[in-house]
Amino acid sequence: MAETVLETHGLTMRFGGVTASDNVNFKLKARELRCLIGPNGAGKSTFFKCVTGLLTPSEGHVYMRGQDVTGWQPHQIASLGVGIKTQTPNVMDALSVHENIWLAARRFNDRAEASARADDIIDRLALGPIARTDLGQLAHGERQRVELGLVAVADPWLVLLDEPAAGMSADDVARMTQIIHDMTRTAAVVIVEHDMQFIRSVAETVTVFHQGAVLMEDHVDKVMSDATVRAVYLGKKA
Amino acid sequence: MRGTGGRDVLITLVVAALLIWIMPTMIATYTLTVLVIYGMLGLSLGLIWGFGGILCFGQAAFFGLGAYTYAIAAINIGESTVPMILAVLVPALFAAILGAIMFYGRLMDVYLGVITLVVTLILFKFVNTTAGPQYVIGKARIGGYNGIPGFQTLNVPGDPGAYIWGDPFYYVCAVALVIVFLLVTWLLRSSFGRIAVGIRENEVRMALLGYDVAARKTVLFTIGAAIAGLSGALFANWSEIVTPSLFSLSQSAEIIIWCIVGGLGTRLGPILGAAGLAYLKFMLGQQSMIDNTLITGLILVLFVLFLPRGLVPAVATLWGRIVVGTRRRTQPRTMRRTRHG
Amino acid sequence: MDLSFVILVEVLYAVASLVLISAGLAVVFGMMKVINLAHGEFMMMGGYATITAANLGINVFVAMLVIAPLVVGLIGLVVERLVIRHLYGRLVDTMLATWGLSLMFIGLATMIFGNTTTGISTPITGFTVGDYQINGYNFFIIVVSVVLVLCMLAVLKGTRAGLIARGTMQRSDMAAALGYSPDRIYMATFFCGSALSGLAGAVLAPLVGLVPTSGGAYIAKAFITVIAGGPSLIAGLVSSATSFGLVSQIFTFTISPVIGEVVLLVAAVIVLRLMPQGITGRFFRGKL
Repeated sequence: MAETVLETHGLTMRFGGVTASDNVNFKLKARELRCLIGPNGAGKSTFFKCVTGLLTPSEGHVYMRGQDVTGWQPHQIASLGVGIKTQTPNVMDALSVHENIWLAARRFNDRAEASARADDIIDRLALGPIARTDLGQLAHGERQRVELGLVAVADPWLVLLDEPAAGMSADDVARMTQIIHDMTRTAAVVIVEHDMQFIRSVAETVTVFHQGAVLMEDHVDKVMSDATVRAVYLGKKA
Repeated sequence: MRGTGGRDVLITLVVAALLIWIMPTMIATYTLTVLVIYGMLGLSLGLIWGFGGILCFGQAAFFGLGAYTYAIAAINIGESTVPMILAVLVPALFAAILGAIMFYGRLMDVYLGVITLVVTLILFKFVNTTAGPQYVIGKARIGGYNGIPGFQTLNVPGDPGAYIWGDPFYYVCAVALVIVFLLVTWLLRSSFGRIAVGIRENEVRMALLGYDVAARKTVLFTIGAAIAGLSGALFANWSEIVTPSLFSLSQSAEIIIWCIVGGLGTRLGPILGAAGLAYLKFMLGQQSMIDNTLITGLILVLFVLFLPRGLVPAVATLWGRIVVGTRRRTQPRTMRRTRHG
Repeated sequence: MDLSFVILVEVLYAVASLVLISAGLAVVFGMMKVINLAHGEFMMMGGYATITAANLGINVFVAMLVIAPLVVGLIGLVVERLVIRHLYGRLVDTMLATWGLSLMFIGLATMIFGNTTTGISTPITGFTVGDYQINGYNFFIIVVSVVLVLCMLAVLKGTRAGLIARGTMQRSDMAAALGYSPDRIYMATFFCGSALSGLAGAVLAPLVGLVPTSGGAYIAKAFITVIAGGPSLIAGLVSSATSFGLVSQIFTFTISPVIGEVVLLVAAVIVLRLMPQGITGRFFRGKL
């Protein structure tokens, strides 16, 4: 029985009169890959922000490896060894690819080790040719890839990705899928995603959000063929 | 990296030694001393604003605190060594408390500006009211708007009779500036400095990487205040009187102007901006046709409109284009000020 | 009884003058999200405009209520066209540029009027309540600020221009999409804001000896009143002016005027720390 790395109990988030996240109970095992899907406004991103500490939930608790982390600051959660990528590319624009990744590695390693790890990740993500280029000058897909590098270089045991494939070309997505599969060798991965193509190619278990709550949770094939899910989500998309 | 670091230190030392030696042939050392002191003050804001992204409208508060701390301690102790140390520690402590209040509250730029400005005003107003004889710290009367004159000035450590003034004081200030400059250089090359620049670029990202942004900003803010405090203490020794105008808003404005004119995100910019503009002000002070403040204001407006990056980065870019030309080199990195839409 | 009446008048006066001092800045900040650090100097110029006009033999009230706002409004218009409009959306740069402008105006005023104190006498005489002397001019200031707030409410609620202004405050991009040129809206706003600053400076001029650096005394108070007020223009202005006026007067009476001022500033720091969105960011949401 694998260890539970992420768990939420009755997670609820209200903004004024709106309940964006409604009594969510969620469980994730070590090295599991899980996709969160749902239509716009289903509460995926709110759930994501509550888990990463960007928002403090109105009610309920978040546990990581059994530890109650409800109300922790993002940097405290990240320091546990959790890798986070937010929805929009969130990088240091005036710094180079190497500097960006070095900063991520330096948090958990000394100077020289951080540099070595950054070089290693740059090789693995095929970022070599642009290693000295400033992030501000890169294309969208490259920036997304660098941000995955920021996450991967710290050797996390839990990875939380918000829309990693948004706005990427087919080539980029294929490479991204490979990187994410590599990550699952050592880490549990949660992906919030719209792109069904991408989800089919990476996911096994899928959690469907609807109106702030969990609608169903099952294997990707079953979810795809489920009538209710098609009605709330796929029907509108397809 | 380590190799070039050693070479840079050597180059800095040689250039600095040459400048310290040559400058007195062009400008009187008395004037030169205050230019050097202002250079250090400019560097203090250049460090936290240019590399940490912390917009402080009240750097004058730390400058003034350093000067007052020195004056009050010097009167009480009668020897200059301990007062000099206190003049660095007191502003640093003050900044640590103020910084913790602001940064842990996660206030954004504009509010940071408001609070630092207001705190400077509070100090200014408070010190101005302390004219009465009941305001005494030890043997020192704070003196309100009259300021504090007649304190022990810098002496050879341990020998209160051996004053350091005139040319020797100029050399002391210049060497102090070189040491501070090298320390700042070292700091910026250390992991701490590189992380600070990362925070300047993207606070949220750095927090999500696991860095305690509030703590690091507080530390950087404190270091900036310590440098400002040191320059304040040197200034007190130069002017031999401290007055509340050290805390004034126009003093804060000037420090900001130095940084903008010289160039944010560079180490040299704020120093050259401070020395250059202070010298300009000194020259202008000898004529009465055009008001000094008018010109200072005009310079600030023109730079914000037309050369927001400042002189040093602009000259460096130009230099890169003309001299290095075909050999493609990475442009000097400077920051763009944060823009809010 | 007499004492409490006097204290009431003093507190009302403190609140009223804060409203007056901050109104111009609040309009510009609320509409354009521009912080005009030359606001104090606009007030200073309003004062000089009044004194100059009065010395030329113009009725003092006409000078205060008509000429000063017009003159300063026009100066504001020039400033907006030459400097501010190039910096929209760059909050920090605008603050720096207007700080530069403030220094320029101080310099100009020094060159024109000299670095000496000038002033005019208050045009309204005082009267006594029991044993206490009351400054009649304080009543005038209270009346002016009440009328001012009512006018602002009427304009914002009752007129077409007010409606456009409210729209711009909420979503400037939408107002632009609906065909209202933000350029012209901003120009008009800056004119109004500057005129209000000029009015405030003019009305307060008889109470202070005017020097070119007089503006410095106002800017911090106006700045914190507006910022602490938060996003709602009028509710923010009135609520923060009331809180700060009350607090500073309590300490002025019990200790000394200077302590009152210091306490006002300390209170501002505390408010901002506790409510970074300002008072109306937390209370009175959605009000004007």
